[in-house]
Amino acid sequence: MIAAAAEAVTIHLTVNGEERSVKVLPHHILLDVLRDQLGLTGTKECCLQGECGACTVLLNGRAVDSCLVLALEADGSEVLTIEGLASDGKLDTLQTAFLEKGAVQCGFCIPGMLLSAKYLLNTNPHPTREEIQEGLAGNLCRCAGYYRMIEAVVAASEAKL
Amino acid sequence: MRSFAYARPESLNEALALLDEYGPAATILAGGTDVVVRLRTGRVLPAIVIDLKRVPALHADILETGTCLRVGARTVMADLVADARVRSRFPALAEAAHEVGSIQIRNRATLAGNICNASPAADTAPPLLVYGAVVNLVNATGTRSLPLAQFFKGPGRTAMERGELVESIDLPFAKENERQGAAFARATRRLGVDLATINVACLVKASGQTLFAYGAVAPTPLLVSDDSGKLADANCREDEKLKILENLIAHTAPISDVRASHEYREALLMVMSRRVLDAAIARLHDQEGLL
Repeated sequence: MIAAAAEAVTIHLTVNGEERSVKVLPHHILLDVLRDQLGLTGTKECCLQGECGACTVLLNGRAVDSCLVLALEADGSEVLTIEGLASDGKLDTLQTAFLEKGAVQCGFCIPGMLLSAKYLLNTNPHPTREEIQEGLAGNLCRCAGYYRMIEAVVAASEAKL
Repeated sequence: MRSFAYARPESLNEALALLDEYGPAATILAGGTDVVVRLRTGRVLPAIVIDLKRVPALHADILETGTCLRVGARTVMADLVADARVRSRFPALAEAAHEVGSIQIRNRATLAGNICNASPAADTAPPLLVYGAVVNLVNATGTRSLPLAQFFKGPGRTAMERGELVESIDLPFAKENERQGAAFARATRRLGVDLATINVACLVKASGQTLFAYGAVAPTPLLVSDDSGKLADANCREDEKLKILENLIAHTAPISDVRASHEYREALLMVMSRRVLDAAIARLHDQEGLL
């Protein structure tokens, strides 16, 4: 497949379990598709260079910075965003734990934090505190509210015992 | 972001034909963690981006041949870190891959991309150098293999010629009768997501031969070796070891930049060399304990 510069191409994504088709240009990134074309503004734009993690989503089950993924690269993929974390109107254990532990201050980093935490527990259901710190190291919080977030992930991992 | 054309070849031949056709006007996309940033800042302005993700021959696996582990062109850092064979036989590489970026980066960034970028500070370069890694290159007319020590030519420059791609990277197994221990360490300004101020890998063989590879202290990652056997000898005098290490470190040429002054890097070189040497010797003894 070759797309000329500025040639619109239709890509197919499964976003939060729903099949979506969108037209994109070769230089569009997944983050912009999610926010601007699909209206899923829970995924945040911040540093645009893979440093801050605000745009973290799960792409085919793996945590990635959606600012570093071209839309065309993601063609055919499954994407989980913060909007898809709760199911059937019920919050994910991690979301409940973040609320209970008061882990949310301004909230801007939280969607990315939650998806990094989700990926961590998917791959390592009972992480040590050090592994949690490591798992969230790619997400920056300007409020520096890390302590309660780590407490929340500990609580969520214990809830699954 | 400036616009560009995008190609998603589905075979190696198709990818190589595109690379031949566009030459320097093409940018190769594997993991994208560096390339997409450069596309956005305008540091690269390609006519076309060639995405290798759907080329089956450029796989994302870690295969075992009789003599080596073969890491595919699209194998990502997170998979290297998680691989039991890499962890047990090439622990210094697992350690270095684990230090790259964040988990979001390690889930995308490829080993091949890390060496093709040819950053003097690439974290995986020092362990790959001490392990004697070999880069398997392919172009439209055939393949060739190059020791990694001959691959780096300068900051951002490699021995790859027009039309060539990295097909895989081989990690040779130590010979059956030659035990070895290796370790990796790096200094950064902060824990977590940061580029190395310096990084070092050390490999000690049971014969006593000791290899060091240094990053971020020369235009390319640098491999040096001491064959005296004294560094790994517990009975050797400290001042003698120091002298040997000083002579090895003298091959580096650290500069001052945003991460550290050259004086600080020079001080770090000795501290980190000793630290990583001790860790490598401890691993060598662990290996011998298994016999």
